[in-house]
Amino acid sequence: MQIKKDEMLKLYRTMLTIRRFEERVSKEYAQGNILGYVHVYIGQEAVATGVCNNLKISDRIVSSHRGHGHSIAKGADIKRMMAEIYGKKTGYCKGKGGSMHIADFKVGMLGANGIVGAGMPIAVGAGLAAQLEKKGGVAAVFFGDGASQEGEFHESMSLASIWKLPLMFVCENNLYASSTPAKYALPIQDIYKKAESYGMPGVVVDGNDVVAVNETARELVERMRKGGGPVLLECKTYRWHTHFEMTTFPDPRPKEELDSWIARCPIVKMEKRLKAEGIATKKDLNEINTSILEKIDEAVKYAEESPFPAPEDALEDVYSS
Amino acid sequence: MRKISYNQATAEALQEEFRKNEKLVHMAEDIPQDLYDEFGAERIRMTPISESAFVGAAIGVAGSGFRAVADVRMATFAFCAFDQFVNQAAKITYMFGGQAKFPILYRQRNGLGVSAAAQHSVNPYSMYMNVAGLKIIIPATPYDAKGLLKTALRDNNPVISFEHMKLGEVEGEVPEKEYTIPFGKAAVMRKGKDITVVAISYMVYEALAAAEEVKKLGISVEVIDPRTLVPMDKETIRNSVVKTGRLVVVDEACQTCSAAAEILSVVVEDADTFKSLKAPTKRVCGLDVPVPFSAPMEKYAIPDTDRIVEAIKEVVSYKG
Repeated sequence: MQIKKDEMLKLYRTMLTIRRFEERVSKEYAQGNILGYVHVYIGQEAVATGVCNNLKISDRIVSSHRGHGHSIAKGADIKRMMAEIYGKKTGYCKGKGGSMHIADFKVGMLGANGIVGAGMPIAVGAGLAAQLEKKGGVAAVFFGDGASQEGEFHESMSLASIWKLPLMFVCENNLYASSTPAKYALPIQDIYKKAESYGMPGVVVDGNDVVAVNETARELVERMRKGGGPVLLECKTYRWHTHFEMTTFPDPRPKEELDSWIARCPIVKMEKRLKAEGIATKKDLNEINTSILEKIDEAVKYAEESPFPAPEDALEDVYSS
Repeated sequence: MRKISYNQATAEALQEEFRKNEKLVHMAEDIPQDLYDEFGAERIRMTPISESAFVGAAIGVAGSGFRAVADVRMATFAFCAFDQFVNQAAKITYMFGGQAKFPILYRQRNGLGVSAAAQHSVNPYSMYMNVAGLKIIIPATPYDAKGLLKTALRDNNPVISFEHMKLGEVEGEVPEKEYTIPFGKAAVMRKGKDITVVAISYMVYEALAAAEEVKKLGISVEVIDPRTLVPMDKETIRNSVVKTGRLVVVDEACQTCSAAAEILSVVVEDADTFKSLKAPTKRVCGLDVPVPFSAPMEKYAIPDTDRIVEAIKEVVSYKG
């Protein structure tokens, strides 16, 4: 199905927002304005964008340690995200979570997670909630090739399948688990093939093609909404930065490999398509870029100007009332 | 008052709360048949032996507006899902800034003394006490089990209930009328004036037997069951020690970094309580060994009435 022009532009805008957000986070981190462990999503924008485009606000997602893109694609506010990354009181978690624990339950973003694979069992619960609510809702969980090696992948795929939960397992295979190559660590390179062992459909898509991800995700989400049970979607992609924003972190990836993936940039690919199909001119795209950069500036300003939490705020929120 | 078993009391607590609250969902490898018959397969979920998956699923469903019970049966199996307990359930409320509630009851059977050997004989509650964000209840009587589980099923946080394996058939008075027991309220199981014995879980019964034994020697023992370890009723423990001036803590778990160690700290850190002490405090705990299988060795590794009696006599006879 050929998607409409405004939907194409929406996909582009979301991807570019993620890209510009992450570029800025990386820059501010390098300058010492952001502390801690920060994993940026640059290179993988098409996955979160294409999948979340098919989800409603009432649908729920669970994210990984590399979660900024998922939050943005699900509709989180970049000001409150940036404030959280800066450790400010106005952040989503009042500064208690930081980059690895951004969540926005109001838009169905049930949280990033610093433990590889640990989001999958939680997502099984989100899928169970959707099933019990009987409103045709669905859930999705994002994880990497590395997480597919965790026991929780097996347990969660199996449990979601026997309970026929409306849960999409979205594997972002970016070919490296931290610095360990998938070529070494995965006994079979196609993770989607594992779906067969769990009695669910396994589908693979070019994770750098947002239109392909969007259309594939649409079919799978529709299937889930009709009670078809869980699915595994593998998106082949690549992250441009090292595992996290620390220049001393080992990066064994060959330069030619990285360059070949940069040449397959999901955003450039979409720009070419928008121009070729007459949806947007170069000028239109420049205007989109300018407006996004302004919003990112506003988010950083908001984060910088927001107050830090008081030290004793550390004592709040250990328990819910 | 009618008497029912500990197992009947816990079953009643769940049944009553499941009737009241349609949002309650139960997950376990062995399904509770009575609940299953009454509430059906949708709410009473049978799980595969996938502890991480269903311990974590409880978090996801609870964070999505439901309320979950996840019963891992034996406490030792919870180690398979340790990340979901300590990194997820315990921290998720806090690290997301309190934007969602996670009402979950996790049930675990703890305890030694059933010839189950090292892996199936565990009392890991102090490990969980050391993780901020969990509430921990450890009822010793049918009355407490029902009242505390009902409170847990209305709490908006992850609660772990440790239920000793030897308590299931123990009978006790439980009123027909509905009641709940608040967390953080210890029970004074026996009043006394010469020495305070704080005992946890099954050890409450051993402590009561020891108190009866030393009564023959003219020693009057106050026995306190904290009932919940997080939050802990420091006040009742301290008040008792101020009154008696002596303390023995009995905990079946290994001694090192035990709940007993925490209870001692509660006492000695408080100036008034510390000043009232007439003798060094004493712990009667499980030996720091993996629990052996063979009966004579196992018995040796676990605190019992005799060992508590000896400890009481030692503390009471202390001359400084």
